[in-house]
Amino acid sequence: MLQLRDVEKTFFAGTPNSVHALKGVSLTIDEGSFVTVIGTNGSGKSTLLNAVAGAFPLDRGAISLGGHDITRWPEHRRAALIGRVFQNPFSGTAPNMTVAENLALAARRGLGRGLGPLLPARLVSELRDRVATLNMQLETRMDNPIGTLSGGQRQALTLLMATWRRPELLLLDEHTAALDPKSADQIVRLTDRIVSQHRLTTLMVTHSMQQAATLGNRIVMMNQGRVLADYTEAQRRRVRAEDLVRRFEEIRRDERLDVSAAEMLRAAYV
Amino acid sequence: MTLLVSAWTIGLILSLLALGVYISYRVFAFPDITADGSITFGAAVAASMITHGTNPLTASAVAFLAGSVAGICTGVLHTRFKINQLLSGILVMTALYSVNLHVMGQSNLPLLNAKTLTTYAESLGRRISGRDTANLLGWTVSARDLGSLILAAAIVLVIALIAFVFFRTNLGSAMRASGDNAQMIRAMGVSVENMIVLGLALSNGLIAFSGALLAQYQGFADVQMGIGMVVWGLASVIIGRALVGSDSLGNALTGTIMGSVLFRLIIALALRWGLNPNDLKLVTALFVFGALVLPQLLPRVARASSLRSGAGAQAGSLRYTGGK
Repeated sequence: MLQLRDVEKTFFAGTPNSVHALKGVSLTIDEGSFVTVIGTNGSGKSTLLNAVAGAFPLDRGAISLGGHDITRWPEHRRAALIGRVFQNPFSGTAPNMTVAENLALAARRGLGRGLGPLLPARLVSELRDRVATLNMQLETRMDNPIGTLSGGQRQALTLLMATWRRPELLLLDEHTAALDPKSADQIVRLTDRIVSQHRLTTLMVTHSMQQAATLGNRIVMMNQGRVLADYTEAQRRRVRAEDLVRRFEEIRRDERLDVSAAEMLRAAYV
Repeated sequence: MTLLVSAWTIGLILSLLALGVYISYRVFAFPDITADGSITFGAAVAASMITHGTNPLTASAVAFLAGSVAGICTGVLHTRFKINQLLSGILVMTALYSVNLHVMGQSNLPLLNAKTLTTYAESLGRRISGRDTANLLGWTVSARDLGSLILAAAIVLVIALIAFVFFRTNLGSAMRASGDNAQMIRAMGVSVENMIVLGLALSNGLIAFSGALLAQYQGFADVQMGIGMVVWGLASVIIGRALVGSDSLGNALTGTIMGSVLFRLIIALALRWGLNPNDLKLVTALFVFGALVLPQLLPRVARASSLRSGAGAQAGSLRYTGGK
């Protein structure tokens, strides 16, 4: 179970570039639930994900995961509990190392790393078998540098790597945004399969309303650093992509109204 | 032919420096200038211990540890105190200058009558050839030169094998991944900061060990001997990459060693042909400059010339439509 309590973060505080990215976000995600987070650019959805991953210290609030208070854990320590897939397919893999080496590094996520061989024969065959389940013919390219593969192939492998050892929480940061539509579709199906197969607690950020409406069992909508709407199970089942889009248009209209009202007041009274 | 044999030996000894530079510069992309100080540090520690009667093997091993400590200092300055990579190295290198003077007690420490690894090498050479001189591929060399060459080759072979095995362990692979994609390996639960500190410890340990061997081979340690050694190591690494043309671990390690020997041979020949020794560092720096810039410059020159011909064709077509 992931729990965020009153999480607050301002970047570049005290400078003209100050950004109040998270304004007291509280969120509880139950064991085994798959939450999609949507929001406009700058709504704080990626910041929320990075706060959980530990990319920066919080200004206020607390985060606990699987019974541990991880608020003060550095990023690499949280990685023992968290599997991550990044938006950029280049971020999740070490390009000059082989496919097998990358997977083997992931097979020891959060474990100690000593002087045992990275690729013992037993592990090599296990790696090949699990890669074969992707149905992407990558099992024939285990000894190629992973940087020679396409974005979609690398993202599929990153997903496999993030979930090799069952994570307490899987974080997906717009992980299909940089892919072509066909690869994106493939990764979405793979995500669905892996998450439901291992019953993983998952937090996914996306800007695709379609993905939000089809994947997962709960939708969290963010705007300006706050949770704006939270569609849980029953409501979530009735929500269609169009409803989400309409909701966003409402928000945008309200914002524009706010701005024009402020203009009017200023013109009248200042 | 003593010149060539000695160039081979020094090339092999300095290939350990090149391996150290390979770890910092290629594996971690960390331009670690500590090397200039740590190679002297290794030489100073080994020379000082040997003149006090320590066994040369023990003294060389302690030199490795001393270099590691210097590397750890640079690593900690960079990772914990967030000091720029180059500046961290410069600070430690500068501090080491004083440390080296203290360790040696004077600016030059001769090892003339002391028992060093070269003493072992000489008796090894004598046992192999059976007399004071030996025949190496038709050349007459002294038993001392022959023994030193064999011993240096053996040491380099063993260390290269250890490095090859190490970089394929869980720990060594995590180090390689830290240099390749820090974000990825952090998400796999590895502290990239610790890996950098450990990597610089290994790198400078090797470099100091190389300095210890060099001091024993040339018969003295000098506080100035480290100047320009990073650039020397870089040149070896770059030549090595050009020689093997591949980044796989085995090739990279072999290439680095070959690069160091080849570079030393080129320098020895150039000196023989009348290169002023005072110009040595200048030539080395120019060489590394060329090696760094040419790969970017050559495609640009090619593109510029193809653009020029392309522009001509375009101008022609413009004229043609103009006429229409």
